Amino acid sequence: MSAAAPPATPAAVTAPLDHPAARALTGRHRFRWWEALPWLLAIGFYFTFPQYLGFGAELLTTILFALSLDLALGYAGIITLGHAAFFGTGAYAVGMLAYYNLWTEPITSVLLAALAAAVIGFASGLVLLRTKGLTLLMLTICIMALLQEGANMARAYTGGFDGLPGLSIAPVFGRFEFNPLYANTQYLYALGVLLVCFLFVRTLVYSPFGQSLTGIRENLLRMHAVGSPVRLRLVICYTISAAIAGIAGGLWAQTNAYVNLSAFDLDRAATVLIILILGGYGRLYGAFIGAVAYLALEHFLARVYPTAWQLGLGLLLVLIALFARNGILGLGDTLWRRLAPRRVAS
Amino acid sequence: MDSASNFANILLGGLSAGTVLFIVSVGLSVTMGLMGFVNLAHGAFAMFGGYLIVETMNRAHFGFASALLFGFVGTAALSVVLEQFLYRRLYRAGELDQVLFTIGLIFIFIAGITIVVGPESQPLQLPAALRGQLNLGFTQYRTYSIFLIVVGFLIVLGIWLAFERTRIGAQIRATVDNRRMAESLGINVDRLFTITFAFGSGMAGIGGGLGAEFLGLDPQYALKYLVYFLIAVSVGGLGSVVGVYCASLLLGVLDFVLKLYLPKGGTIFIYALTILLLLWRPQGLFGKKET
Repeated sequence: MSAAAPPATPAAVTAPLDHPAARALTGRHRFRWWEALPWLLAIGFYFTFPQYLGFGAELLTTILFALSLDLALGYAGIITLGHAAFFGTGAYAVGMLAYYNLWTEPITSVLLAALAAAVIGFASGLVLLRTKGLTLLMLTICIMALLQEGANMARAYTGGFDGLPGLSIAPVFGRFEFNPLYANTQYLYALGVLLVCFLFVRTLVYSPFGQSLTGIRENLLRMHAVGSPVRLRLVICYTISAAIAGIAGGLWAQTNAYVNLSAFDLDRAATVLIILILGGYGRLYGAFIGAVAYLALEHFLARVYPTAWQLGLGLLLVLIALFARNGILGLGDTLWRRLAPRRVAS
Repeated sequence: MDSASNFANILLGGLSAGTVLFIVSVGLSVTMGLMGFVNLAHGAFAMFGGYLIVETMNRAHFGFASALLFGFVGTAALSVVLEQFLYRRLYRAGELDQVLFTIGLIFIFIAGITIVVGPESQPLQLPAALRGQLNLGFTQYRTYSIFLIVVGFLIVLGIWLAFERTRIGAQIRATVDNRRMAESLGINVDRLFTITFAFGSGMAGIGGGLGAEFLGLDPQYALKYLVYFLIAVSVGGLGSVVGVYCASLLLGVLDFVLKLYLPKGGTIFIYALTILLLLWRPQGLFGKKET
């Protein structure tokens, strides 16, 4: 992280740096004090709710999955309904390695999951990013369905419909065991993986590469015109996003100690999309807010009133699409701008 | 049974399934071609119409034909209301908002039907005339399936004639080809869209009712068959009626054959074929290339 590095500016341009806009532009990648809050809350959760750590690990995994989607959908503007393809690939990579006792060391298996998902992401991205609109949407769904059917058919290796239960995962760093009853290790391990991935994504979106992705999302034609290698950038972004989704899938398999076909479900892909939009896409903390809001509601409401939950969720989505396109964080922004004392604009 | 009539039976079964797929999807294709609106809730309209038809027959004892008519009108009316108050606001919005909005609508429909009717599958009682078998000379087959194939053919013929021979059809074709040009020639695209949207949703409602006999009708219908509707539309090509007809029949026959000979995981070929086809022709079989 280059938090302390001075903003790189040409020596010739000196005067405008005092301008508030210039300061905002050159300093936007720096860490703000409030960016520590989610992590402090996560550590606080560990000590205050030891009985909910299993749920906490699921929450962290979902945040990571939503973060990976944010990179593709929020930053690069690739509309996909098939991101569970990579989640499932990662989950099955970890699951099959552990089930057949080929490789059970957790951190390296998650890296292998990322690799497997990246390969699928690169191969599919190479062909499907040539299309757009409905065709792109359909292709992402079809590739996910293809992988799901493939996993279903390769029963001898993947366990088919029943999946692979009872995975044994080696202790983290050779010391901390995954205990199915007390999810302490799972939670801290997931938190660590999420932190590393988040720092990576944060660095990436503030890099010139990340800026060019935003450019592609906002104005494709202009990016072509200034000579940006649009296709290549999109494929790389899709591959990285797939790799992170693969890590999330691997994490899911490890913390649950099983994998099944639900990893590839259209439901899962739609849910993560909803979570991201709910929190606010194209911004770093949207995945966090969305996952917390969605899973907390689901955890406590859906089990008791499943139909009312579905109805409420549907109404919420319609309202967001019509009135709050930037999600909870976007609403927060608007409120903040209304309430905060007007800062000097010039 | 000899192999020739066996072959004919498979073909007829597939064609009748494909016909239902066509009746549901044709409206989706035309509205997407007109407005570029990604309406994932189209399957929910089919489900709504199906419920209207089945419930009026089971509870209010409507006849089959009048129930179908009622389903068409009811679904079309509902879709006009939704279009005027909600869809209209999102025409200029991005695809993402449209996808999100229509997924939300699907959830509302599913929950609404679960609350009002219940989560169980609803049976469709066919009228006596459509039950039983029909002798076609070369083979015997279910009367209802043959009825479906004939009705589907008449519908595609009717829509095709309406597209080619009427003023409104010409306006739709012009708008699908080049919306800006059509607007500047004075075609009221918004009104055109409302009409086609209502008609397409009504057709979907009828399709939901006609297919209830073998697709089943439960609240998950809107999501369960969504991928099939989307495949039919994107493979056929947006805004092309003949394209959707061909794609639906193809999909129906293929699905029927694969379910028969490869009951485990045969659908993998459908997805693989769709991917290959869309990579070869991103605009679909009969779609116009984007300029």
